[in-house]
Amino acid sequence: MKVLMRGNEAMAEAAIRAGCRCYFCYPITPQGELVEYMARHLPRHGGVFLQAESEVAAINMVYGAAAAGARTMTSSSSPGISLKMEGISYLAGARLPAVIVNVMRAGPGLGNIAPAQGDYFQATKGGGHGDYRLIVLAPSTVQEAAELVMLAFDLSDRYRVPAMILADGMLGQMMEPVELPEPILPQMIPPKPWALTGAKDRAPNVVSSFDLDPYRFREILRALWEIYREIERNEVRWEEYETGDAELVLVAYGTMGRICRTVVRQARREGLRVGLFRPITLWPFPSEPLRELSHRVPVLLTVELSAGQMWEDVRLAVEGRAKTPFYGELGGVVPTPDEILSEVKRYVRG
Amino acid sequence: METGIVFAGFGGQGILLAGKVLARAAMEEGFEVTWLPSYGPEMRGGTANCTVVIADEPVGSPIVDTPWILVAMNGPSLERFSPRVAKGGLIIVNASLVSQKVERADVRILLIPLNDIAQELGEPRCANMVALGATVRGLGLFSLDPVLVAMEEELGTRGREKLVEVNRQALLRGYSFLNALR
Amino acid sequence: MSVVEAKVPAGFVPVYTRPKSLSEKRFTYCPGCHHGIITRLVAEAIDELGIQERTVGIAPVGCAVFLYEFFRCDFAQAAHGRACAVATGIKRANPDLIVFTYQGDGDLAAIGAAETIHAANRGENITVIFVNNQIYGMTGGEMAPTTLPGMRTVTTPEGRDVRITGYPLRMSEMLAQLDGPAYITRQAVFDVRHVQMARKAIVKAFKNQIEGKGFSLVEIVAACPTNLHIPPVEASRWVTEQALKYFPLGDLKVRD
Repeated sequence: MKVLMRGNEAMAEAAIRAGCRCYFCYPITPQGELVEYMARHLPRHGGVFLQAESEVAAINMVYGAAAAGARTMTSSSSPGISLKMEGISYLAGARLPAVIVNVMRAGPGLGNIAPAQGDYFQATKGGGHGDYRLIVLAPSTVQEAAELVMLAFDLSDRYRVPAMILADGMLGQMMEPVELPEPILPQMIPPKPWALTGAKDRAPNVVSSFDLDPYRFREILRALWEIYREIERNEVRWEEYETGDAELVLVAYGTMGRICRTVVRQARREGLRVGLFRPITLWPFPSEPLRELSHRVPVLLTVELSAGQMWEDVRLAVEGRAKTPFYGELGGVVPTPDEILSEVKRYVRG
Repeated sequence: METGIVFAGFGGQGILLAGKVLARAAMEEGFEVTWLPSYGPEMRGGTANCTVVIADEPVGSPIVDTPWILVAMNGPSLERFSPRVAKGGLIIVNASLVSQKVERADVRILLIPLNDIAQELGEPRCANMVALGATVRGLGLFSLDPVLVAMEEELGTRGREKLVEVNRQALLRGYSFLNALR
Repeated sequence: MSVVEAKVPAGFVPVYTRPKSLSEKRFTYCPGCHHGIITRLVAEAIDELGIQERTVGIAPVGCAVFLYEFFRCDFAQAAHGRACAVATGIKRANPDLIVFTYQGDGDLAAIGAAETIHAANRGENITVIFVNNQIYGMTGGEMAPTTLPGMRTVTTPEGRDVRITGYPLRMSEMLAQLDGPAYITRQAVFDVRHVQMARKAIVKAFKNQIEGKGFSLVEIVAACPTNLHIPPVEASRWVTEQALKYFPLGDLKVRD
């Protein structure tokens, strides 16, 4: 059965259905509906909802709940995510699974509350200090947002790597019909023998990201990077739309990805052979399929709500085999399909 | 098929609700649909608008360059959105509050005294549903029945029978207004 | 590193043994530092209450950063100042666990002031051991929020000037104003009598948690001879003669 839900609400409901029972937050626009939904619904499922004194506290509560073995989540928007970055680095270092939702708004600084994609670097290149990665999933519809939240919990538990949902204000605020995924059963959550449950009949468990010995710490990080390589091999996700005969392919994710879908349709109506490549995992980035595409498509036009962040990964993947122009908007301005189409027409003619 | 409808007015005029009811009805009728609100720091009293896109394939852009229908509940909304309405589209103007003329010859224009009708019905807050009734008629994608159901679901039924009834009347008035015009 | 246990001659009964909750790991604290006594008191309290198998500790950033190596119970390492937030997450996720933090004055009263105050205000059912030695020990003796006026540190080489850096922060007095906490007390360990009193306070702070009474904090005014650059005995005397003037001992809040 389909229900009409806001992106923010659908992500909250999906988290509950994924077995998230500990949620910690600090209010910020434009993700307020996620917080409100959790406040109303999570306690009814026997879960913990706690409004923390700051984003810093909230992410450290997530660290604690994750260490205790719970499926746990926090959500925020860009400035709040910056504050959470310290804790996210610790989660990554201590190999704790957790889900962080970033409903992006325009920055830097206080910026504004309009949708933007300026946190791509922060999400995919580390964000906090040290050598680590996050699994980063970028939904482009409310339906996909719900599904990717469920997936984020699974991947995070499987690899013991924190996962981030990189959404934006538009996706968080908009309503769409959504077919909610079935709730998981508690036995579907993998066992966590490393969790802090009390050292009864076993040696004590320690959850830590600390090791003073560089050689030992190097081995810990090498093992971690082995996991990252495994994730890169197994978990790359993307979508291609009308790329088969395309002379130009738009590369866009999230909200920009769906807007570009409209651009493709309009272009096709006008006889222009345009397609769309939409990364779903931003890390691991779908470099290989993009490289494949660059062998037969002369122009890969990256479109972002930023000054060009994912664009760097696109160029790294393409390595000069195709033209890689960029079109972006800043400050929370969302380009309309017509505006993007005019840009497309600079490169292809019907 | 992809049709965009923009509802715009003051915060507190029920702009977002009108859009939600339409979106819900469209979903129940089997269409793909998105509802996108403007959101700002103002909780009340500022400007508000929302865009509903109804389509027969998954909706791409939830924002539209050229809406097919504009519901302008106040003057500033008319000024801001009327230049964008698609050729041959429809602008529903709240004649109770808007005095300025619409400078478009290539669209249909429907002047409805939304607030006066709502006042007549005894519930000033239901002007939005009068507008929605007219919108549904102008849209011509489905009948008013799913909209009446969606309105009831959005408002909730617990102890709100009177409110539901007056909104029902409002939807019917709006729907028949366009009828009478023809 | 294993500790060589002394052989007990026939007819003698050992009265001072290693607490069960402590591992074999030798403490990394400096000679004469009060941390060693306090860490041991926490272990004794855990033993006395028989809660080792359901206790989770939170190690801070600071001189007690290796705490998880000293104890035989589950441990989480927290970011600097965030111990009370981490403890909140653990306790909320699994209320059957006994959760304690062990934090210095920089950790708890400077960078972690917000987390501490709000955990206390929520009446979070956790136990907090707060070691106030008026200085950042591990990083090299910088001024702490608790550093006494006129006290020389590497970042106040002419002595703490209150006109520039403010006054020593009395965290326990602040927390005692709140409705949330069940128990706020200030103790010291500079002589045997005070060690025994501190021990009782720590036991009470854990017992409160077992009984679900809520947030309990034991502040211990301690000496850091290394960064005071004086011998341990003088450092203990310094606590009684200087530190206690600003941080008087006693219960600040007891809710029964």
